[in-house]
Amino acid sequence: MQKVYSRIESIVGNVITVRALGVRNSELAIVTSEGEQSYASVIKLDEDLVSLQVFSGAQGISTGDQVRFLGVPMRVSYTDNLLGRVFDGTGNPRDNGPSLSDNMIDIGGPAVNPAKRIIPRNMIRTGIPMIDVFNTLVESQKLPIFSVSGEPYNPLLARIAMQAEVDLIVLGGMGLKYDDYLFFKDTLENGGAMSRTIMFIHTASDPTVECMLVPDMALAVAERFAQDGKKVLVLLTDMTNFADSMKEMAITMDQVPSNRGYPGDLYSSLASRYEKAVDFEGAGSVTILAVTTMPGDDVTHPVPDNTGYITEGQYYLKGGRIEPFGSLSRLKQQVNKDTRDDHRALMDGMIKLYASYKESLEKKSMGFNMTDWDEKLLKYGRLFESKLMDLSVNIPLEGALDLGWEILSDCFEPNETGLKSDLILSRWPKKLND
Amino acid sequence: MANTSGRVVGVNGNMVTVEFDSAIAKNEVGYIHVGDDRLKGEVIRINGNTASLQVFEMTGGIRVGDAAEFSGEMLSVALGPGLLQQIYDGLQNPLPELAKQCGFFLQRGVYLDAIPNKEWEFTPLAKVGDQLRPGDTFGTVPEGLFTHQIMIPFNLADTPWKVVTIKGKGTYGVRDIICTVEDAKGNKKDLSMIFTWPVKKAIKLYEERLRPDETLVTKIRIIDTFLPVAKGGTYCTPGPFGAGKTVLQHMTSRNADVDIVIIAACGERAGEVVEVLKEFPELVDPKTGRSLMERTIIICNTSSMPVASREASVYTAVTLAEYYRQMGLSVLLLADSTSRWAQAMREMSGRLEEIPGEEAFPAYLESRIAEFYERAGKVRLRDGRIGSVTIGGTVSPAGGNFEEPVTQATLKVVGAFHGLSRERSDARKYPAIDPLNSWSKYEGIIKQENVEYARNILRRGSEVNQMMKVVGEEGTSVSDYITYQKSELIDAFYLQQNSFDPVDASVPPERQKHTFEVLFKVLATDFDLEDKKHVRSFFNTLRQKFLDWNNVETKSERFTQIEGEIRALYQGKQRGVDPDAEQLI
Ligand SMILES: Nc1ncnc2c1ncn2[C@@H]1O[C@H](COP(=O)(O)OP(=O)(O)O)[C@@H](O)[C@H]1O
Ligand SMILES: [Mg+2]
Repeated sequence: MQKVYSRIESIVGNVITVRALGVRNSELAIVTSEGEQSYASVIKLDEDLVSLQVFSGAQGISTGDQVRFLGVPMRVSYTDNLLGRVFDGTGNPRDNGPSLSDNMIDIGGPAVNPAKRIIPRNMIRTGIPMIDVFNTLVESQKLPIFSVSGEPYNPLLARIAMQAEVDLIVLGGMGLKYDDYLFFKDTLENGGAMSRTIMFIHTASDPTVECMLVPDMALAVAERFAQDGKKVLVLLTDMTNFADSMKEMAITMDQVPSNRGYPGDLYSSLASRYEKAVDFEGAGSVTILAVTTMPGDDVTHPVPDNTGYITEGQYYLKGGRIEPFGSLSRLKQQVNKDTRDDHRALMDGMIKLYASYKESLEKKSMGFNMTDWDEKLLKYGRLFESKLMDLSVNIPLEGALDLGWEILSDCFEPNETGLKSDLILSRWPKKLND
Repeated sequence: MANTSGRVVGVNGNMVTVEFDSAIAKNEVGYIHVGDDRLKGEVIRINGNTASLQVFEMTGGIRVGDAAEFSGEMLSVALGPGLLQQIYDGLQNPLPELAKQCGFFLQRGVYLDAIPNKEWEFTPLAKVGDQLRPGDTFGTVPEGLFTHQIMIPFNLADTPWKVVTIKGKGTYGVRDIICTVEDAKGNKKDLSMIFTWPVKKAIKLYEERLRPDETLVTKIRIIDTFLPVAKGGTYCTPGPFGAGKTVLQHMTSRNADVDIVIIAACGERAGEVVEVLKEFPELVDPKTGRSLMERTIIICNTSSMPVASREASVYTAVTLAEYYRQMGLSVLLLADSTSRWAQAMREMSGRLEEIPGEEAFPAYLESRIAEFYERAGKVRLRDGRIGSVTIGGTVSPAGGNFEEPVTQATLKVVGAFHGLSRERSDARKYPAIDPLNSWSKYEGIIKQENVEYARNILRRGSEVNQMMKVVGEEGTSVSDYITYQKSELIDAFYLQQNSFDPVDASVPPERQKHTFEVLFKVLATDFDLEDKKHVRSFFNTLRQKFLDWNNVETKSERFTQIEGEIRALYQGKQRGVDPDAEQLI
């Protein structure tokens, strides 16, 4: 029988301290307050003084409440019964289904040995030219969508999830608006994908500490399914809320903030989650698509900034479009060499021209005369935006590449494109009047 | 010496406080016992009879009262034959071996021998009675491409040691005793091929430090020609995420003209190391005809691996580099990213509740960075051979803003600065090194004056471009416009380099010199072009030729043919030659 402690020494933010011996670092405890129970985990030991972070928050906890240590760290059940279910950040059901306690596994487990990793090799087709052509998504990639509130990032996430050929979808919602939660649920249900989906949902009105658990819960489950051969896609939205709950926690613990209030280990904390993306040789894989909203649309804000240093690229969603600048798939070169011989060159060439278009546009806005060359670029930019960038476009990669050549030949002479001569020879569209 | 023991009195993240009974030293290695696991840590602060350890593992499960023991040794690496081709974590744990034992995941508390138990073909060089000092060679073994010198351990007292016994030529295990030495007082030491050295202490067993005056060829045009690196020098590559720091380092690690490359993947993506792990064994080093892996060591402590061993990893890497330098070899250490190392220091400093400096980095950040880069250098060893350690570090500044503590501290101490720009990488102009803001104090492969001439055109071209943004193209003179087009040509043809094209990915110095000469003649040409439209179309055609030229093999027929076409093209419009340039041709 575990010992029960009934004297809480201090309550600061969501952290309580009790005097107890034999307690393990990271161990789980149950705090009982007026009949309500909440989990808490040990975050610091100092002689017999034990600091615990209370998952449901410390509001209403009194110094006389009871703390019972469980001797184990935070865990989640791993069985096929998870499929189609919705849980909160601590693994309790959010739907009307039963709680699960079979086959409990640790969350936040150790890193994959880099020597056991393999080079990613499978393209994930999305039908979105700005992704497939310019920033190809690859199985086992970790990639966030950088955006601001108001942009359709959750619909984009859901659309990719529905279109991607994966065995399993794990959705981790952090600070999710209830409507957005319903949107995901409806989309997945209507698309017939709910039976291969598991959700861990923290909504904006739930306790902050639970928000911090969501990625670990989602990823622990995903990792195990992947080891058992499943191709898993993990959707995490919104990681900025996750980082903010870390910030709140750090401040409670009197940690010295490093940058705009965020703790110095923000990078490591985000990395240990994102690095769970992996392709297991001989088994399945974990791909992570996340949302990172940028406060003030500022990419240098600590959350997007640290994220960008960790993830394998990012998609900038702005004005309802995936922006070519700033968007990047770092794994694209692993797969775009085997798609079509013109894929890489066209991708680079079209972006360089689009950059020139932006310059001309700027000149134009300043009232300068437009040269022939500027006019060509302006035409190009318009076509590029409407035919390739618009998010409503849904065509396979090959179709998008052909369209790219069409646009180029509509606007330029071959030697104006900066593309290699032999490619131009084989791919430049023959005009009827030539 | 009896080892000190102790008990855990506190845990805060990866910092564990231990009460101990007798003497311990700062930077000594200690172990915490948790169940059946022994977790390694390093003493980073001692206060009365409590010590703070940074533990190199996850600290979940540790209890107050758990036993601790201290090893009496500083955090050290093992040095000896068999280091090359290894893939280590920050504490020199061999990762492939670990994978064999533990499977997909890293398992805490498992520490394996860093140097594999192998037999080597030993040739003695010393004989009984010889007086040797630490660092002197007493025999050799062939390690792949190199003659690995077996030296008197650096950690012996720096006095003469007399060889008492030494094994004859033959095959011995790396841990066998092959030599015994004794000092003047008759203290005997048995030596194998392996000894240890504390990572945070620079190896200084050389006669003198020399000026880094020899270009380290990277086969990257913008570096070798415009912003060179020197053997024994230091350089840094700051840049926002996605600007191309890692790709640039990988290109360098493949192509750099040095004997040995040590890659320290410090706190960044695991996937990037995997590319190296999988590709290097398959890639042939054109210089030696052998696999690139044979000259490489990888220290891999990526972002999700424990933070404290990330801090140690750069020291592990530089110690291995110094060891091979002692054999008269040139070693290049590439660290990606030094910012993650600095952040690891910051995390620990925060847990120690030290007074934070700028952006919460500890006050000693600058001196640590300086000490680290100081370990680079070209040296003349006691036997006259020359060895070098070159250090190149990436920096990942918060928000891509170079006005931050790590970038600034690094810029103070390095000899070359390759600043990557977001603007250039957004426009897919790779390598995205900003040619105008970056600098180097080293000598490159091309005559200084000629490079300056080209750099000047780049500078003026950029000014014209800025001006055009204000006054428009119509307000720009034809001659300024030509300068602008020339600068764009330098950029497109020479500064940019496609690392995914088989030919363009690595350009040997001879080819750089040759193509630069042709480019230079174009730059020196006074063109006879009537208006801007003609200028543009002329330069478009010229640029196309130059770009095609970059993708054809050196010496091929096509190479000569395109060169001829280029010549015909610019000579056709030549009105004269800039007299300033004429004397440089
Ligand atoms: N020299 C290059 N040639 C072509 N593409 C490059 C080059 N350098 C970088 N890139 C592109 O930019 C991406 C990011 O580069 P990387 O070196 O990982 O950036 P960083 O380390 O600065 O974050 C790469 O995945 C690649 O797509
Ligand atoms: Mg990088």
